[in-house]
Amino acid sequence: MSTPQTFQRMTQRALKHHSFAVGAAIVLLLVISAAVSLFWSPYPVGDIDIPNKLAGPSAQHWFGTDSLGRDIASLLLVGSQNSLLVGFIAVGIGLGLGVPLGLLASAQRGWVEEVVMRAADFTFAFPALLSAILLTAIYGPGLVVSITAIGIFNIPVFARITRGAANAVWSRDFTLAARAAGKTKWTITWEHVLPNVASVLIVQATVQFAIAILAEAALSYLGLGTQPPNPSWGRMLNEAQSQMFQAPMLAVYPGVAIALAVLGLNLMGDGLRDLLDPRLSRTR
Amino acid sequence: MSSFVLQRFFSFFATLAVTSVVVFGVLEWLPGNAAQVILGETATPESLVAMEEKLGLNQPAFSRYVEWVGGLLQGQSGMSISYETPTAVLMMERMHVTLPLAIMAMSITILMALCLGVYAASKQNSKGDIGVMTLSQLGLALPNFWLAILLILLFAVHLQWVSAGGFPGWSEEDGGGLWAGTAALILPAIALAAVQTAILTRVTRSAVIESMSEDYVRTARAKGLSKQQVLWRHVLRNAMIPVVTVMGLQFGNLITSAIVIENVFVLPGIGRLIFQAIANRDLIVVRDVVMLLSAMVILINFFIDLLYAWIDPRLKTGTPAV
Amino acid sequence: MTPSNTTPLLSVRNLRVGLQTSHGQLEALRGVDFEMQRGDTLGLIGESGCGKSLTALAIMGLLPERATVSGSIALNGTDLTQLSDEALCTLRGTRMAMIFQEPMTALNPLHPIWKQIAEPLQLHQGMDLVSAKARALELLERVQLPRARERLDNYPHQLSGGQRQRVMISIALACQPDILIADEPTTALDVTVQKEVLALIRQLVAEDGMGLLLISHDLGLMRDQVERVMVMYGGAVVESAPTKALFGMRAHPYSQGLFAARPQLGLKRGTRLQTIAGNVPEIFNWPQGCAFADRCAYVQDNCRQALPQLELVPGTHDGIDENVADKSRRVNAHWVRCPEWQKLEASA
Repeated sequence: MSTPQTFQRMTQRALKHHSFAVGAAIVLLLVISAAVSLFWSPYPVGDIDIPNKLAGPSAQHWFGTDSLGRDIASLLLVGSQNSLLVGFIAVGIGLGLGVPLGLLASAQRGWVEEVVMRAADFTFAFPALLSAILLTAIYGPGLVVSITAIGIFNIPVFARITRGAANAVWSRDFTLAARAAGKTKWTITWEHVLPNVASVLIVQATVQFAIAILAEAALSYLGLGTQPPNPSWGRMLNEAQSQMFQAPMLAVYPGVAIALAVLGLNLMGDGLRDLLDPRLSRTR
Repeated sequence: MSSFVLQRFFSFFATLAVTSVVVFGVLEWLPGNAAQVILGETATPESLVAMEEKLGLNQPAFSRYVEWVGGLLQGQSGMSISYETPTAVLMMERMHVTLPLAIMAMSITILMALCLGVYAASKQNSKGDIGVMTLSQLGLALPNFWLAILLILLFAVHLQWVSAGGFPGWSEEDGGGLWAGTAALILPAIALAAVQTAILTRVTRSAVIESMSEDYVRTARAKGLSKQQVLWRHVLRNAMIPVVTVMGLQFGNLITSAIVIENVFVLPGIGRLIFQAIANRDLIVVRDVVMLLSAMVILINFFIDLLYAWIDPRLKTGTPAV
Repeated sequence: MTPSNTTPLLSVRNLRVGLQTSHGQLEALRGVDFEMQRGDTLGLIGESGCGKSLTALAIMGLLPERATVSGSIALNGTDLTQLSDEALCTLRGTRMAMIFQEPMTALNPLHPIWKQIAEPLQLHQGMDLVSAKARALELLERVQLPRARERLDNYPHQLSGGQRQRVMISIALACQPDILIADEPTTALDVTVQKEVLALIRQLVAEDGMGLLLISHDLGLMRDQVERVMVMYGGAVVESAPTKALFGMRAHPYSQGLFAARPQLGLKRGTRLQTIAGNVPEIFNWPQGCAFADRCAYVQDNCRQALPQLELVPGTHDGIDENVADKSRRVNAHWVRCPEWQKLEASA
């Protein structure tokens, strides 16, 4: 079957899969919001309008205003940029460094594998959020530090997953045949192992993306993440908490945004897991 | 004691030792030295020197490390910079809040997740199963501190059943009491438990489903056991193995999530301590608390390993005899 | 073998099993008929996917939830297809027992073996732990497990494959069932152990006067172990005959192919091994008529349209004039499901 046909079949299957379809739709919404917000938002996010503070939803402010009179809708919209950025970079760091480590460990076996896996296991023993808080404490709060901290903890995750999946590929006979034919480990890794582990990595990437968003939200809530005036959903929740008695809904909107983004990614990840690796799919 | 247990014991101590080195090392490896970090950029040279003296930075790192570990093993610890009290005292005080909180949250999690997971697995693909799975998807997506805020909104602001935060203390002289203390911890425990329950429910469900498709289930049915009997006598114990693994990991998650939750509810626990210490740049407290938390996680993992040996006889007996 | 006036031990009539798959509703068993008396040994042979294990599971009532069963399965006169699962639970392990192919995974790794043997005793006979453990020891000695007393507290992973299968046999025989179904009991074992385990099964079955339904894909096994053989292909029995008769003459093209494909000693060097052309069709590709049609050298149009009926090879029944419905009771009868069988060269 030609590539355009298989692609068409794949998309058809994907769209029929409920989990994936719903998840992908939500994620698409997120991406579109972020893209749109780059050029436009109902109000500039810096605009402070004290006389109109803590207003309820209206035609001018669809979700109302916060304690400084800023438009909630705009803050939510622009905040999506933040979340996406965190997700991409954190997962990027994890993939960029973790996958090669995992492939290395799997290809070399022996003490290399031992060392890499022990180091990964060890990092798991350190509570990730705690270490992220530590790092932000030492190097100062802010988006860059928090993304890096979250990203660093993705490395052992991807290293482990890659190594596990790669081991399964190496144990299959065709790699033995390739070796017998004279191919080097690196060629085999690049040509055979990597494509076969790709599906597992894609699924894990969506999971880690969601985790990164949650982690950054927690750090921002604690004041250690994205600093003002850049909007962040997590920080919005912190600010809303002090207004709980006057304007309770302020605490709801950013949370819904975070939950929705994470839900969308999780559903998409579940769907991808079924679609990309049918042998692993649960009985329906 | 079997070789397995001895192995695990050795591994436990080794990990603890390495952790202590790393914790110590990370704080050595700072931009500038510890004194500069603690006092910040506005520090005068004199105060810097004084601080360096206080921290004993003129001594080599190794001897400071030995002093630290030696002190810990004897139950003594360094003095907090900001509180002027031994960190051990501070930590013990705060554990009176965090430990009960963690235990409450873990208990809720285990109870709910096991029930829901087994139920969903035994009624696979039914409406009940789909309901449980949907709920768990939602549970996974909720940031726990948001759930905490929502719970406060509902139970404290709207219904006014509990206060919006704070901890009255365990003794009645301080204005608290057993009941008041527990009441203050319920909402935080629920907020902590929600995500963990969602995760554990899914793990339990898939572990039970996996167990149910094993061959020994078919054998048990061929013996004449009913589906219920098979579930209780054969499936559950086997399913517990992966479940227990995850429970161990979750404890670590729980402890760190407590940092955020304690801040939401303004509870004077370990989480809030470390947070304040970081804000105050009190590196001594930070170092000791990180060590304590890591040690707790490592200890829990050790107990989980022992639990495995109890559940799975293949580990106890070592190499199979033929 | 006793004449057919008493209630047969097992009587399977027009057994059809439908499975719900992602390709739709499929008929996995297309009308299986056979009968067994106490003490009969019946072999069921065929390739993977022909439905032999499914037949066994259908008898035991252990088919997957989504399977539909029609026809009748009468054990000692009781139709099992009409019983609830609770009722079947009282029969499983007591009147009918089954052993499976993979002794490695068929035992619970977390329970000591005496407990697994004691389980049916406690369940069905209300024995207490102490007596059950003692009885488990007796059973293990009966299946000739070496050093049985020491082995009682062992876990499955501490035993070899052959030993585990002996444990399985003792579990099956614990409550002295009327019929033992053995689904490829030795396939996963070493060749040397296979003979011992099969001999054990044969001996125990003879001692207790049980019926034995032995399922295998191995022809050689059938020759020594059972008195009658049924050949299955594509969800139906295509040939059924006493073992000696079948080894003497095959009437169905598939059976002929099976026998011809056996490697034999004494062939000239360079002789090609015989194979049956084509592949076993996947269950969702089974044709309307005979499932062997695409691989058969003698296929006719009517073969494809509908599943052929079972015909009696003349001269193979015991001569008593009975009506059509009782045909399958004639124990020496040689049945074949092929309208063209007479055109085949009968090969020895």
